[in-house]
Amino acid sequence: METTNQSFDQSGSARLTPRHDPDQTSDQFGSARLTPRHDSDQSTDRSGSARLTPRYDPDQSVIVVDHLHKRYRETVAVDDISFTVERGEIFGILGPNGAGKTTTVECIEGVRKPDGGTLRVLGLDPQRDRKELRQRIGVQLQEAQLYEKIKLGEAMELFSSFYRDPVDWRELVDELGLTGKRDTPFNKLSGGQKQRLSIALALVGNPQVAILDELTTGLDPQARRDTWDLIEQVRDRGVTVVLVTHFMEEAERLCDRIAVIDSGRVVAIDTPGGLVARVTTEQRVRFRPAAPLDDRLLTHLPEVTGVTRHGNQVVVTGGNDLLQAVTSVLARHQIVANDLRVEQASLDDAFVALTGRNIDS
Amino acid sequence: MNSSAKLILNETRMFLREPVGVFFALAFPSILVVILGSVKSFRSPDADLGGLRVIDLYVTIAVTLVIAMIALASLPSILASYRERGVLRRLSTTPVPPAMLLVAHLVVSLVVGLVSVILVMGIGRVAFSVPLPRQIGGFLIALVMAAAALLAIGLFVAAIAPNAKAGNAMGVILFFPLMFFAGLWAPRESMPHLLQRIGDYTPLGAGEHALHDATVGSWPHASTLGVLAAYLVVFGLAAARLFRWES
Repeated sequence: METTNQSFDQSGSARLTPRHDPDQTSDQFGSARLTPRHDSDQSTDRSGSARLTPRYDPDQSVIVVDHLHKRYRETVAVDDISFTVERGEIFGILGPNGAGKTTTVECIEGVRKPDGGTLRVLGLDPQRDRKELRQRIGVQLQEAQLYEKIKLGEAMELFSSFYRDPVDWRELVDELGLTGKRDTPFNKLSGGQKQRLSIALALVGNPQVAILDELTTGLDPQARRDTWDLIEQVRDRGVTVVLVTHFMEEAERLCDRIAVIDSGRVVAIDTPGGLVARVTTEQRVRFRPAAPLDDRLLTHLPEVTGVTRHGNQVVVTGGNDLLQAVTSVLARHQIVANDLRVEQASLDDAFVALTGRNIDS
Repeated sequence: MNSSAKLILNETRMFLREPVGVFFALAFPSILVVILGSVKSFRSPDADLGGLRVIDLYVTIAVTLVIAMIALASLPSILASYRERGVLRRLSTTPVPPAMLLVAHLVVSLVVGLVSVILVMGIGRVAFSVPLPRQIGGFLIALVMAAAALLAIGLFVAAIAPNAKAGNAMGVILFFPLMFFAGLWAPRESMPHLLQRIGDYTPLGAGEHALHDATVGSWPHASTLGVLAAYLVVFGLAAARLFRWES
């Protein structure tokens, strides 16, 4: 099946651009394969500097959502949502419960029929080309369970029989560290193992796009971090990942770009770093001076916008190079700064600023 | 192996891993025949029953019991649990439509039912000399119609049950009155005439009537097959209309 897309170049003449010839897709796919972005030590770095900058080539867009609208009777679940997902990125959909995240991805999966707007996934229409699309995407559903007594290996074998070109499920199970659990029934798996199985089932069809909804909800912190490593492995296999979440830390750690959604609308789309930078450029330095310190030493500095004290703690706010300025003035006066910390706005702060509320409220 | 075969294999495994379900669908009807057949007086001809023995009647009743166990006691709760647990929703994101899972479950139900019916009739024949149906073609038609009508009712219950618990409760609540009219507690043939007439309009009453007719050598009464066909159409269409793939 070949889907063509009529587009207009700047001169105004129409041309037909073939998109996603199935024979080509695997090549594009292979060439877009990414090397791991960072090692595990760097991954906690929240500056965003280690992040990949996505390319915005329209032919690289694997998902195009344009003015999506969806109602359930009188309730508007998705008001007006537009975004594109590029090949090879981890794209986050972040928002509070009830924001319309799940409805949005269900429309992308073709499970729900939109009431308005257009959708293109891998060049396909999720409603019209439903059958073909399901061969090419992998989905992990929020809170979906399997048969209670199905063994892990049986589930993998069953699901791999659904696809035209599945991967070797035994290798996949091995990669996800579940080989020892192949004969364990579903209801005897731990929460983290069920989640890993769920990811494995989403990947067994060798999909080009994986849509993962609330992957780590209900997991303990260790299992959550293990799952995050796994998502990065998935992306490193060359799979484009759409990640639905309401965990800030998860979005910040994993996503190349994030769409912040609130009340069925897109509030902002940017890199995690970009979202934070939109909110504030203010930095904050906090320390406990070892010797008495005159505030005027700090307020005289051009980088400093304010100094406040909390007990014996001094909090200095200001712009770029604040830390450099503060530490050098302290050094000049031979004052040791104990418990020195630099605080930057987090994605949490950005979210509050963008939506006017906390994500859990 | 293709996906349909795999789904059927999987449904078979899931069935065999539920000991309670296996017992009631495969063993219980046969055990009932063995217990009743062990009662001496049930093995002597009774003039009130047209010269038949009680055990002759109960083999046919046990056949309707197989159908009721599978269609009412087991199917609604299993399908409702598939919906409740999100198995159907999960399938709807794969290339295999979730309706295939329903088909696979029905196939396994039919095979299990057939095995159980053969066991019941085989034990009746071998252990207690209960004659096999004289009108075998009529018996098979009655069997197929009764199974189809009851499975339609079971699917309807699965369609309207909000969860597995409710599906189980509704199935069991239907099971007792329907099995009463099939004669589980007192054979239909020994019921007062009015009760028999009422029973002819219930699915298992009509089913047992049709199976009994064929067993003693005549074609099933057209009215009994008509009643079964009506249940099949009404509940089949209602189930198809009302069935939800997600809770």
